[in-house]
Amino acid sequence: MKCGERTYIFDNPVYVRSGYSIVGKMEGEGNFGEYFDKVLDNDLWGEKSYERAECKMHKEAVKGAMTKAGIEENELGLLLGGDLLNEIVGASFAARDFRCAYMGVYNACATFGEAMLLGSMFISSGFEKYVSCSTSSHFSTAERQYRYPLELGTQRTPTSQWTVTGAGCTILSAEKGEFNLKVSAGTIGRVVDMGVEDESNMGGAMAPAAADTIIQHLRQTKRDANYYDVIFTGDLGKYGKELLTYILNDEGYLIKNLADCGAMYYTDKQKTEQGGSGAGCASSTFNSFILQKFKCGDYKRVLFVPTGALLSKDTSLQKQTIPSIAHAVCLESC
Amino acid sequence: MEQERYLKLIKVTSPKTPMVRTLVTSFVVGGFICCIGQAVSDILRAIYTQMPDTELRMWTTVTMIFLGALLTGLGLYDRLGYYAGGGSIIPITGFANSVVSPAMEYNREGIFFGVCSKMFTVAGPIIVFGVVASVIVGLFALIFV
Repeated sequence: MKCGERTYIFDNPVYVRSGYSIVGKMEGEGNFGEYFDKVLDNDLWGEKSYERAECKMHKEAVKGAMTKAGIEENELGLLLGGDLLNEIVGASFAARDFRCAYMGVYNACATFGEAMLLGSMFISSGFEKYVSCSTSSHFSTAERQYRYPLELGTQRTPTSQWTVTGAGCTILSAEKGEFNLKVSAGTIGRVVDMGVEDESNMGGAMAPAAADTIIQHLRQTKRDANYYDVIFTGDLGKYGKELLTYILNDEGYLIKNLADCGAMYYTDKQKTEQGGSGAGCASSTFNSFILQKFKCGDYKRVLFVPTGALLSKDTSLQKQTIPSIAHAVCLESC
Repeated sequence: MEQERYLKLIKVTSPKTPMVRTLVTSFVVGGFICCIGQAVSDILRAIYTQMPDTELRMWTTVTMIFLGALLTGLGLYDRLGYYAGGGSIIPITGFANSVVSPAMEYNREGIFFGVCSKMFTVAGPIIVFGVVASVIVGLFALIFV
């Protein structure tokens, strides 16, 4: 059922059947270290290149989630996946090894939110019984694509973030799994551009998009922010989260239960400046920390809002401003 | 929130580079690299007492480029750059780092379109400006000297 301009309430239940996360060594030493399903010793994972390693992580995350869900490969109806590599090769190459239908999705770091919403629609409409939603990112592939070679001796700007090496996969289903958790609603984001040009300040570029989606979600569902235990944004980072709080206050929303996956991801000692980012940031956090918190009953309702900056290296060289997006996924215990 | 007010807010509140700390470390490290260069030059002079000055300078530069490339290959120069910033970028060792690091990075894309073509992605502008500047200086020298 559509509820307002951009919010959808899923009439037929959509359950989170299982979640699986794989991360790199540094991520394993971060704040969520104990929650991940698999932590790699080496970011190359025995592959010839980091791109191949990312693809393998993506594939293993989907396989891991399927095993945890207790489903066979022929039962999985659709694979929705995306990542940050050019032409989303991480997800598409991983999909070579599955026989089911595949759709590649891309909304930069908000891709996981996009996949979850699309997957929920496929389940709720009755078209599919099991849908897999997965995203990945890799520090070393992102650095060479968006920034500089790894061995170049440069300094990071204080507003910069660290791309998470990680992959996460959630299997959505029409049947209840171990989590007793359902996707009850979602708000699709719109592209917001507040004129931020600095590509090393993604938090600043994405905070207005996150604010817009959160406000629209609360308005359209006529809910108060306290309806949720936590409102999780994807990868705004510490500074981006401050900006989000400021914008929400400015619009008259005093929300105290905000949290950001990116800002929480690494410890201060890891010197990542503003925290984690990347398509794997939100998905690996969701499929580890957030799901575990639901499982042990700490969370009953969460609004999960992955955020993405929709730029490319060329657009920033051409001095274009950074458009951003955020999608809200409403998760409730049942 | 209006765009103008938001951009102003970012300008005022965004975390800034700690100027004093970064300037001091880059000064110290940059100076230290130059000291090493001087030491290399002095050692060469002590060994080859008859070597002309121009040749001595050339061999000092070659040695420093080699050291920069070696430290990059060992994965140490980027760590130095993390603390030193401009202090390790400006000396000739930094130039070696800017050529060797992309060459290492694109090794997997093959010799021709990987290493050889991507080697100058970072150092390209430096080479272009270097060549242009030398042409201009050369013309001046030709006309006025």
